[in-house]
Amino acid sequence: MLDINHLNIQFHDTEPVTNAVTDFSLQMKPGEIVGIVGESGSGKTMTALSMMGLLNRYAKTSGEIWFQGKNLLELNNQELQRIRGKDIGMIFQEPMTSLNPVLRIGEQVEEGLRLHQELTKEEYRSQALKMLQAAELPNPEEVYGKYPHELSGGMRQRVMIASALICDPALLIADEPTTALDVTIQRQIIQLLKWINQKKGTAIMFISHNLGVVQELCDRVVVMYKGKIVEQGYIDDVFYHPQDDYTKRLLDAIPTRTHSLRRRKQPADI
Amino acid sequence: MRKRFETKIAAEQSDREGNKFMKKKRKNYNIIIGGTIAAAMALFVLVGLFYTPYDPDAMNGSAKFAAPSLQHFFGCDQFGRDIFSRVLKGSGTTFLVAVSTVILGAGTGTVIGVLTGYIGGWFDEILMRINDVIVSFPSILLALVFISILSPGKYNVILALGIIFIPSFARLVRSEYIKNKNLDYVASARLMGVGKFRIMFVHILPNALPTLLASVAIGFNNAVLAEAGMSYLGIGVQPPDASLGRMLSESQTYLGNAPWCVIFPGLAVILMVLGVGLLSDGLQKRG
Amino acid sequence: MGTILELRHVNSWYKIKSKNPFQSNATRKKQVLKDISFSIQEGEILGLVGESGCGKSTLAKTILGFIKDVDGTIVRGTDQMQMIFQDPYGSLNPSKTIGWILEEPLRMQGKTDREMRREKVEKMLKKVGLEPSYYNRYPRELSGGQRQRVSIAIALIQGSKLILADEPVSALDVTIQKQIMELMLSLQEELGLTYLFISHDLNVIYQMCDRVMVMKNGRIVEIGDVEQVYTKPKSDYTKKLLEASC
Repeated sequence: MLDINHLNIQFHDTEPVTNAVTDFSLQMKPGEIVGIVGESGSGKTMTALSMMGLLNRYAKTSGEIWFQGKNLLELNNQELQRIRGKDIGMIFQEPMTSLNPVLRIGEQVEEGLRLHQELTKEEYRSQALKMLQAAELPNPEEVYGKYPHELSGGMRQRVMIASALICDPALLIADEPTTALDVTIQRQIIQLLKWINQKKGTAIMFISHNLGVVQELCDRVVVMYKGKIVEQGYIDDVFYHPQDDYTKRLLDAIPTRTHSLRRRKQPADI
Repeated sequence: MRKRFETKIAAEQSDREGNKFMKKKRKNYNIIIGGTIAAAMALFVLVGLFYTPYDPDAMNGSAKFAAPSLQHFFGCDQFGRDIFSRVLKGSGTTFLVAVSTVILGAGTGTVIGVLTGYIGGWFDEILMRINDVIVSFPSILLALVFISILSPGKYNVILALGIIFIPSFARLVRSEYIKNKNLDYVASARLMGVGKFRIMFVHILPNALPTLLASVAIGFNNAVLAEAGMSYLGIGVQPPDASLGRMLSESQTYLGNAPWCVIFPGLAVILMVLGVGLLSDGLQKRG
Repeated sequence: MGTILELRHVNSWYKIKSKNPFQSNATRKKQVLKDISFSIQEGEILGLVGESGCGKSTLAKTILGFIKDVDGTIVRGTDQMQMIFQDPYGSLNPSKTIGWILEEPLRMQGKTDREMRREKVEKMLKKVGLEPSYYNRYPRELSGGQRQRVSIAIALIQGSKLILADEPVSALDVTIQKQIMELMLSLQEELGLTYLFISHDLNVIYQMCDRVMVMKNGRIVEIGDVEQVYTKPKSDYTKKLLEASC
């Protein structure tokens, strides 16, 4: 379904040129959930943005991104418009800045539908409500008429998911969707994404620096460091048998509850 | 063992960041072009302070409306006065008025902005209301009122315009301070035991400077245009002080037969404003 | 080994700007901290965990004295408490060099000898794992982890033993997180520091702290030794938090 071949992304607003992504290759089957993991500067977000043609004018790309028979890197903006929202949906990290603060929720959720399908006003509305419900928002009718600032972070993220999925895209790109959320809400959003994947067969490209979350959600994982892929494979393989040094360092750094850094005084000592 | 590892990693990372920082950015055309024009105008003004080919006020009946020539680069006006010399002197006056206005307006405005932005409370409320009063009057009207109370003249123009300019600087600086005072570095400074005034003027002010300087450049341009406008209306600098605005006003009727009387003063105004404007845009892009 | 900080029945309020001028002063305030009581012993690392909006940051500000509308008792030691901030990008003055920033507290203490100040700063930079050459750098030239090291240096250079760390590693990449945590722990052991360590990440708290307090809606719902609280949580909320994080 998705075939990224030797993708390179360079930024030409600096001298010398910044190599954001080098030789990135990834294949995704329909309905798969793949995690892209890396720390800041690893290039993971750039990869996602390049797929949707959202890089700035100083970016130069090479390589191929094959999606449903077309090379996304060779399409112009108009052609990409037709794919964005319809065949590929995207959700971002900061729900507050990805939702337009002066428009009501209903309008924003419907927008994708309005761009890609000709329906009556009632049909737009009913579809939007259906999506809000699918995103597990309580009282979809109420939420429909609200403004983004009236909702909590978790609810806004659900709205984002609803609007990204309204046209039933084959692929959903999620760029750090849970990072800005509380831990209990994070859990719920992950469950929601899992459910969507199982029920609708939507493939998910899940970008995160949070390995714990990636482990829970994804089938396969790609580890990036300074723009290059250093390791990829099935989730359990990478997590329990990491091959690359950086992957090992990354896994080692994850704080767990099995062993603490702090040398605590045992009750017996006191 | 652990410490060494940490230092090594810290150094490794700094290289990554440092290299990124050392990378040059593309040529900034605004600074280059704007800077050149502004520098040329500044030179022009400077020369005019010490030397003019002719006495700007000397009238010469035989040279009435003389077209531009080698003797009179910009030609002569309706009184036979050498326009080149007049533009030289006029630019100087305009420049002086604009700079003084900005110093008065930006200086006072900054102090007000700093105090109201950081301290807030009723002090802020009162001063901002006064600000609003000044702003609610159309500036030309206000200038007219000032001048009629004070009487026309170079220094009163500076005073009038300066006061009129205070509110916009005050508001700008105030909003920068409101933005900055809640940032962690200010809390950190308070914990260090730094006093209020030092925080306001030593810690926060440098961070407000880029925005302020950009506004100063715009303010300079506005002052140039305002002075020209006031002189055009007759409430600006008075003879014998030369003024680009008055030259424009006096030469209106001659646009058809002796356009050089209008073109050259106009050009001087345009270049001054353009140079400073581009320069300030360029500096903003950099900072 | 004594109590270095103690709070007894502390409440604090925020003023909310009300659009209704007829509302009385009482309703224009919102109570953020409710009946907070706890103490910290010298040399211990006490964790404070809770979700956003529970009042963690407000508690920090209240302890430091930044909040005026407070009642209850706060017993502090003689030392000024220092703070490490969450956002490595806002906590250092962008227009000053690292050296200037670190010298400022010394200047405030009246230490006029420039040589001496510089020496102290360079020593402190080394102590937190940075090259002394960083003295001349600007915050924007440093990475997040390096900036946090500077923040730690700022807290230490003022000589206080009690440090309030408000989400000091939350904004950092996971490998850098570990480095900073290790740095904080080794400094604690070396200098006998006491930390109040605030975080929303339960695992980080487990790594760093001796005891932990769980906050919800302005109240402390549970407090105890980390091992105890994590294995046998008493409060339902704590249980919920533990389950939610992997």
